[in-house]
Amino acid sequence: MTDLPLLEIHDLRIASGASQLVGGVDLVLRRGESVGIVGESGSGKSLTCRSVLGIVPEGLEVSAARLAFQGTDLRSLSERAWRGVRGSRIGAVFQDPASYLNPSLTVGRQLAEVLRVKQGHTRGTARTEAIDLLDRLGLRDPARVFTRYPHELSGGMLQRVLIAVAIAEGPDLLIADEPTTALDATVQAEVLDVLADLRRSSGLTLLFVSHDLAVITQVCDRVLVMRDGVVVEEGAVTDVLRAPRHPYTQSLLAAHREYGLDRLRQQEVAHV
Amino acid sequence: MSDLIAELRDATVGYHRGTPVLKGVTLRIAPGESVGLIGETGSGKTTIARSLLGLTRVLAGEVAVDGRDLARLRGRSLRAFRREGVVQYVFQDPLRSLDPDIPVGDSVAEGLDVRGRLERSDRATRIADALHAVGLDPALAARRPGDISGGQRQRIALARALILEPRLLILDEPVSALDAANRVHVLDLLRLSAGERGFAQLFISHDLGSVAGVTDRIAVVYRGRIVEDGPTAQVLTRPQHPYTRLLVESAPTLDAAGADRAHRARLRAEIAEHSAA
Repeated sequence: MTDLPLLEIHDLRIASGASQLVGGVDLVLRRGESVGIVGESGSGKSLTCRSVLGIVPEGLEVSAARLAFQGTDLRSLSERAWRGVRGSRIGAVFQDPASYLNPSLTVGRQLAEVLRVKQGHTRGTARTEAIDLLDRLGLRDPARVFTRYPHELSGGMLQRVLIAVAIAEGPDLLIADEPTTALDATVQAEVLDVLADLRRSSGLTLLFVSHDLAVITQVCDRVLVMRDGVVVEEGAVTDVLRAPRHPYTQSLLAAHREYGLDRLRQQEVAHV
Repeated sequence: MSDLIAELRDATVGYHRGTPVLKGVTLRIAPGESVGLIGETGSGKTTIARSLLGLTRVLAGEVAVDGRDLARLRGRSLRAFRREGVVQYVFQDPLRSLDPDIPVGDSVAEGLDVRGRLERSDRATRIADALHAVGLDPALAARRPGDISGGQRQRIALARALILEPRLLILDEPVSALDAANRVHVLDLLRLSAGERGFAQLFISHDLGSVAGVTDRIAVVYRGRIVEDGPTAQVLTRPQHPYTRLLVESAPTLDAAGADRAHRARLRAEIAEHSAA
């Protein structure tokens, strides 16, 4: 059982009519692993993530040699069975957090409800736990945030609320698409710490999409580099980012050095 | 004074009613200089930018652009100042700043049209030149914002600002919504066009890497005040104020993880001491 991969994707192909959007992706996640995906919009990374959640946009054709979560073929799930998997066992945090929350309920009520149903909290302990979770995600004055409606919060605050809801579900796998891109560095650090805590305490498995190679380095064990629907390079983060083989990965690293903190810090070291 | 393109001098700034957002802020931007503004959400970065467009209320001190005291400009003279286009603004989300119902060429030319009628052929040439300057096919002028990619839209927003030949370009999170490749295109373009045209920039971002790449100097905003102001390399590698240290040291790099929890907690304690002092 422990040898069974948590997620297995073999030869995933997604097409829109004649044009191929994902052209044969393989990805196997073992329990507790953290894997990053790097690539630009249109590289197929978001579609790959969406296929794992069964939410590929209508009109696209999905095929795969294997698409399994904990040994269960995801394609065999009924819509009803999907509801027990999506959100619950496979959590997701996407950009545009406002569209994933109910605008007519306070964020506290939505979060506490999840904690009550999924973690067996009472109303009272759910509230305490929810506020604690918001606090750990770096939200200032979490008790006040708890009472707010989604439209009363900024994008960065909503993003953290959405992360809190996803975590509260207690998923085995969390798919996070640019979860910290809208956040400043101090808040990003809080969010990354909470994810690291969950990996240690509950063996959370992470599929983490980011354009920020430094964040990928901090969060992930392995990384996939995608371009034009295929994986062009894959390996341990330290290997791929220290010695990239594919020219596209090399160009990403060059751009990161040009517009990143590393260059300044290295110059600084050189000066000392 | 006259050798600055923009200056906030001990400026306390707010909006109609309400408490001031900026408390005694001093910031000077010289012609052609690129200044970064960093700090947490709600700290006042965007209010500094808005004050330079005359969109805020100056409660004390002075806000001057191109030698004009914006606190004294009202009604017609304020509109005239904005029409001149000395200061231009590019937002994070280009889809919201471009009218979805009109061809992008008309959006690009909007600022010119407001100034007065141009010959039709002259107008078309100006639009084509502006699009060309940001690396886009002039044929895009006929398209609507909805059918083009986010990266292209942000370049169109840039073309629309640059067509007015501003002396100060304010960029509020201009690359935050873009993917890696488009982020680099837009940042390269900014460096190139600032070099060629000599406009000054006020670059607001929480992405310290972008700020590192395009600015000469950084001002750090914390709760309505500027707590540190210095050359980019110095602020990002030898930050002085504990808030700047928290912000900069929290960011991971390829070679090092960001500051851990304990270190961040120590810096937060220092910030509290600093604020109390």
